[in-house]
Amino acid sequence: MFRQLTDPGVSSFHVYIDGVAAIARPGDTVAAVLLRTAPHIARHTPVKETPRAPFCLMGVCFDCLATVDDETSVQTCLVEARPGMRIERPRGKLRITL
Amino acid sequence: MTSQHDILIVGAGPAGMAAAVQMAELGLAPLVVDEQALPGGQIWRASEAARSDSLRAALGPDYAEGQARIARFRASGVAYLPGTRLWHLEPGFQVFMSKEGAAFSRKYRAVLLATGAQERPVAIPGWTLPGVMTVGAAQILLKTSAQIPDAPVWIAGSGPLPLLYMRQLLALGGRIAGYLDTTPRGQAGRVLPHALAALRGRSDLLKGLKWMRALQAEGFPWLRGVRDLRALGQERVESIAYTTADGVTHQKPASLVLLHEGVVPSIHATLAMNCDHDWSDAQGCFVPRTDEFGMTSVEGLYLAGDGAGIAGALAAEARGRIAALGIAQRLGVGSPDPALRSARRALDQRTAARPVIDALYPPPEAEIPDETVLCRCEELTAGDIRAAAKLHRGGPNQIKAYTRCGMGPCQGRQCGYGVNRILSEEYGQSRGETGFFRIRPPLKPVTLGELAALEEGREAP
Amino acid sequence: MTNPDVLVIGGGLHGLSAALHLARGGAQVTVLEGEFVGRHASGASAAGVRTLGRNPLEMPLSVIAMEMWHRIADLVADDCGFHAHGQLRVVASDAQLEAETQRISRLTAQGYANETVIGQDQLRQLVPGLNHKFIGAAYAADDGAADPHRTLVAFRAAAQRAGVTILEGAPVRSLQHSRDGWTVETKAGRFAAPRVVNAAGAWGSRIAAMAGETIPLSAKASMMMVTERLTQTIRPVVSIVGRSLSFKQSSQGTLVLGGGIQGRYDLDSGRTALDFHALARGAAAAAELMPSVAGTRITRCWSGIEGKTQDLLPVICPGKTEGLFHIFGFSGHGFQLVPAAGAAMAKMVTTGIVPETLQPFTSDRLTLQGAAA
Repeated sequence: MFRQLTDPGVSSFHVYIDGVAAIARPGDTVAAVLLRTAPHIARHTPVKETPRAPFCLMGVCFDCLATVDDETSVQTCLVEARPGMRIERPRGKLRITL
Repeated sequence: MTSQHDILIVGAGPAGMAAAVQMAELGLAPLVVDEQALPGGQIWRASEAARSDSLRAALGPDYAEGQARIARFRASGVAYLPGTRLWHLEPGFQVFMSKEGAAFSRKYRAVLLATGAQERPVAIPGWTLPGVMTVGAAQILLKTSAQIPDAPVWIAGSGPLPLLYMRQLLALGGRIAGYLDTTPRGQAGRVLPHALAALRGRSDLLKGLKWMRALQAEGFPWLRGVRDLRALGQERVESIAYTTADGVTHQKPASLVLLHEGVVPSIHATLAMNCDHDWSDAQGCFVPRTDEFGMTSVEGLYLAGDGAGIAGALAAEARGRIAALGIAQRLGVGSPDPALRSARRALDQRTAARPVIDALYPPPEAEIPDETVLCRCEELTAGDIRAAAKLHRGGPNQIKAYTRCGMGPCQGRQCGYGVNRILSEEYGQSRGETGFFRIRPPLKPVTLGELAALEEGREAP
Repeated sequence: MTNPDVLVIGGGLHGLSAALHLARGGAQVTVLEGEFVGRHASGASAAGVRTLGRNPLEMPLSVIAMEMWHRIADLVADDCGFHAHGQLRVVASDAQLEAETQRISRLTAQGYANETVIGQDQLRQLVPGLNHKFIGAAYAADDGAADPHRTLVAFRAAAQRAGVTILEGAPVRSLQHSRDGWTVETKAGRFAAPRVVNAAGAWGSRIAAMAGETIPLSAKASMMMVTERLTQTIRPVVSIVGRSLSFKQSSQGTLVLGGGIQGRYDLDSGRTALDFHALARGAAAAAELMPSVAGTRITRCWSGIEGKTQDLLPVICPGKTEGLFHIFGFSGHGFQLVPAAGAAMAKMVTTGIVPETLQPFTSDRLTLQGAAA
């Protein structure tokens, strides 16, 4: 959906989206990385399980919610990617481990 | 420790930074908090980050100005907590915030909300599909990640922002499938009355005209008077449908559609505080009522920037300074008249062109089709809301109770104006009369664990 | 326009239920609501359908109400989102368990079989994921919870189908009694009827005062928290002995946390304000009850204003002037009583006789206590 105009000088690192490595760079929000990584979504909604992608990128739509390093329902547009970060895209209602 | 701060500034955009710098000059020590990782707000987002010359050139001189402003803000020595969410405000003012998963609460004598604006939700059928986003969102991706659409993009809507974004995108080698301009035709007549007032601020307007001519020379499809936009697709957007001014409906393949119909003030915090708000016909939104210093109807609670009515970044800075001087006066730190005069003069200059821009790009009037998902969180359609309105004849809060519309995590930030509009139409009453949802705290969701930790009486970090 | 037989002041659930039962009995009823239906306590209710731990004086009415809840669709043509998944009050010490056991054996001796004591094994079966420190519970298997908004919609619609007229935005300004009956002055006009039912909740004593009666009443604004949606894991409503917390999962999957944690209120404006330090104690109790929910996000908090009496029992009785009847002051646990209290009220209004189930709820007990104090 999106591509990054890569500057050869900028370092990169890996984050893991549902266990699969994706390239991120300093300054990237998690949402930005999700929008470069097929299928370009953040989650399936808890109400009707429809797919959603980051929409507003400024913290007002709550469609970019995903699980980041075990913290659930994180607004990924407000979180900077960090090396080794684990991102999981929820499907439907949240599951809690009893 | 931040416990010595009497003043809280929420938001480190143009208004918040200008207010902070002004307060520092007066010897005040506010605390500035901001949701983002870096100062600058949306307009100057990531402005101080290192980037390539081509990107810098594409983003343009207005964006580049942010760097100096941020540098001045940083040099002011004002305490600043990035990555910090405000989630509740109690009168008096007990303020609740969270940073990195830890909540804290502190008392302040004055609070300045410089929380800016959000894009007006453009509720069209299919706007929840992946591949449909806002123009502002795409521009943020450009600023923070040098990220552009990987295929020709459809841009639909109205206002100056699509023009600016298209210029930036083309300069970086991006491609535009088409611009679907939804601005109602024949705006010239509405604009004339404002022309005189605009002469003083005409540089903004001339800039706009220049952009438009340059863009039109690029040769991509530019369709005026477009209506009945629909994004179509199953798991993601596959095509876009629209009706042109000649009444013909078209359907074209699309992988990415960007929407924009102007911006509206962020009003959730002022609504939650029961501040008075007025409906603005010119801007098609609610605007918190403020006095000449930006103080809301709640004593000690101030607004600056687009949150006090859309006027742009430069006006936001002037309002930030004015609010800072007002707060200083209120706390008994005399505010020097020359500073106030100069700030007010700047504000006048920087708002002169606004009536023309408002008249050029009036709020959208097209009816929202029944099948449109209006509440993105609870997945309710415009038809659901109309049905509930016919059954219950209630205001936004009753419709919310009956349907769950607006009860999701966005708290009506995406559906509030749609509900307001539908109820106004259903009941034949003004938008102002219909009103908005009552806003339930927290303004941003907090975890049970985060809230529970407050019991231990944590101090601010 | 002909005058109705009864004016009901207050469009909360108790007003609607009384109106519904009166209309079913053949009366012409008009409900006068100051703001909108369910604006205060009814709309902000946790909607617990609970006999568990109820004051024995309320039990005769509560037992009837529970039978009605189990076939609530017969009354209002909707199940009101009611599910009888039980209610539990958990204990963390042997002493607490012993106290609950004794309380329940006293209840059993009075002929009530709604509660039993259960041990840790059964408790963990009923609520997987519960903190191990809780060793047992008082359990009312036939209790449960409903959906407050759905209940409001159902009672409102049923009342309207029965011929009740509901007027919203009609706050009452004065009450006048004459030989011809009652005249009620509201913001939306003047109404007259031979009988008036005062179902004004937290404002019940103000309405009573307009008729010259002094009924001591204070108010409360219990706060509620609701979270994002989780997969269905918790069926019963859970509370903790000695703590202000009730904990349940709604059919949408959200956790709904309440239990009487108090916010601030203003009767004149009808506005409430939350106390987040108090809510923090509720959140801490929830995370202690079930540690795995600590990471769940709270999306909304609210409270509504409810009338509260000195002994936490409602006022349901005839007024001191002919044709006036009171029903208010449920003190935060009136939801379950709604169907039965409305039926009993209708009977009292129609016959003038106070049914046995309502005997404990006379306003005199409050005024006499007030005089003695």
